[in-house]
Amino acid sequence: MTISTTPLPVGIEAEAPPIQAKASRFWAWMILIIGGLYFLVPLGATFWWSLRATEGTLGFEAYRRLFDDANFWPSFTESVINAIAAIFLSLLIIVPTAYWVTLKLPRLRPVVEFITLLPFVIPAVVLVFSLLRLYGRPPLLLTATYDSSRVLLVCAYATLSFPYMFRSVDNGLRAMDVRSLTEAAQSLGAGWPTILRRVIFPNLRVAVLSGALLTFAIVIGELTIALFLAQQTFGPYMANLTRSKVYEPSAMAIVAFAITWAAMGMIALISRSRKRR
Amino acid sequence: MSGFLSLQGVRKEFNGVVAVESFNLEVEPGEFVSFLGPSGCGKTTTLRMVAGFEPPTSGTIRLAGEDVTYAKANERNIGMVFQSYALFPNMTVADNIAFGLRVRKEEGGARGERVAELLDLIHLPDKAKSYPNELSGGQQQRVALARALAIRPQLLLLDEPLSALDAKIRDDLRAEIRRIQRQLNITTIYVTHDQEEALALSDRIVVMSKGQMEQVGEPFEIYNNPSTGFVASFVGQLNRLPVTVVDPALGRLRVGRSEIRTTSLIESPQGAEVSLMMRPEEVTLDAEEENVLEGTVESVTFLGSIVRVQVGVEGGRLTADLFNERLLELPVAGEGTQVSFPSHACWVMV
Repeated sequence: MTISTTPLPVGIEAEAPPIQAKASRFWAWMILIIGGLYFLVPLGATFWWSLRATEGTLGFEAYRRLFDDANFWPSFTESVINAIAAIFLSLLIIVPTAYWVTLKLPRLRPVVEFITLLPFVIPAVVLVFSLLRLYGRPPLLLTATYDSSRVLLVCAYATLSFPYMFRSVDNGLRAMDVRSLTEAAQSLGAGWPTILRRVIFPNLRVAVLSGALLTFAIVIGELTIALFLAQQTFGPYMANLTRSKVYEPSAMAIVAFAITWAAMGMIALISRSRKRR
Repeated sequence: MSGFLSLQGVRKEFNGVVAVESFNLEVEPGEFVSFLGPSGCGKTTTLRMVAGFEPPTSGTIRLAGEDVTYAKANERNIGMVFQSYALFPNMTVADNIAFGLRVRKEEGGARGERVAELLDLIHLPDKAKSYPNELSGGQQQRVALARALAIRPQLLLLDEPLSALDAKIRDDLRAEIRRIQRQLNITTIYVTHDQEEALALSDRIVVMSKGQMEQVGEPFEIYNNPSTGFVASFVGQLNRLPVTVVDPALGRLRVGRSEIRTTSLIESPQGAEVSLMMRPEEVTLDAEEENVLEGTVESVTFLGSIVRVQVGVEGGRLTADLFNERLLELPVAGEGTQVSFPSHACWVMV
């Protein structure tokens, strides 16, 4: 019996996979670089522009002026308080709802998911006009004073947070054995408030924080609803700044960006420390 | 007479589908009763009704003389251990055990003493500050048991507590559960699909199938005198040989051309086609004085302490479990052999 020793045609089958792999790696890098540039160039340009407030030199003059502005801290503080109130309201509505749907009404999940997605579908301007129409006249007049309008604003923000909050909480609930934990607590004598407060909430901490920080990042710079409800929050402040100043809006954009990324960073940090434990 | 736990005519339907039907049981104080059956037989549903997680469609559940049929789960004083452990991941072992005591607003000092006592009971006194994810499966299940016992429950329910564990840990924990149950003399209901577990642990076993109670009895009785074909085949291995009744009064039967005898009662008339049942450990490969059949060895399976031999006989197949001993001469597949079994070890089923 003879065995053919004809060599394989070098460089066709044998080398094809490495060339393909190299090509795919090249395009992966290209996409990453283009994406990165698309994201970083405007950010870098904005940052560079914000540093040019003093003629002839680069510095943080725009930031100093921004932080010294009499309206910056009051509007920022008001938005932070609104965001925290909206987060609490949203948690109060979403956590028991998501928990109950997971435990007792799993077939209703698609319906609840759809409802919580509505803020994505309904533009903020439609939402605010609906609110004004319903609460702008008796018997449910809520726009009579600044503070009552603020209550309306917080409620609207809580609604805006539903898509983020529901998904975060729902993911958290899916990650644990809700039924067994609930039944274990029940068999030990706990009622619903104790189960929610001592078993469900603590185990949803990371999920709740994710939802809360996402809500915070969105609410802090919200413009449309705040403007129509005549609230002096951070969003309208930023819009005014853009109309009247040259360099400060860029500094403002960088500050807002930093706040958002700080929120994201905190989510990642907390999730990681939780996982490690 | 009504037992410590009494279930009378309990029935459960889910959207028109019957999950449990006509369930009647009296459990005495300190008794260990197992619900045994395949998946979907209704054993866990029955347990959940006792725990208060599912309301029965009809029937009555009484605990210590009190009607608890529709009482909420958190008002029943019943401890429960789950298959998935269900330990609270955000709490330490000590906090998990103390949870029920906190809910009952037990004073801090007494609570601490009770937790220490239970940690000793489950042999984990050094794990008080550990979190559940730092424990092995067996340790987690011990903590779950301690947590259920911490509240001094009137009744302990265990829902397949060992099924998520490795075989060795399962055996150890099984012995541990029985030791603790005897030590505390706590009335216990144990759900399992593992017949060995049920036989080893229980004072009485309730064998269930398709939502019905098939048989209630002590392990020995369930194994040796199964009242239905299902119980006979579900609990332990079983030989089923098609035979013809020759003389029901004298227990004479025909299999192929051979005649065999049983001392058990035959209710079928002469000429009826019935099944003769016997356990594999009753069948030997020696030609005893009675019930000897000619056959051929079909397979030999070494299982450690026993050797399982399948023998094809006229009209069917018999399995013989032989004790493994050093001098045992293993039969070889294909060789001719004789099998026999005592007349008192077999019984007839239609």
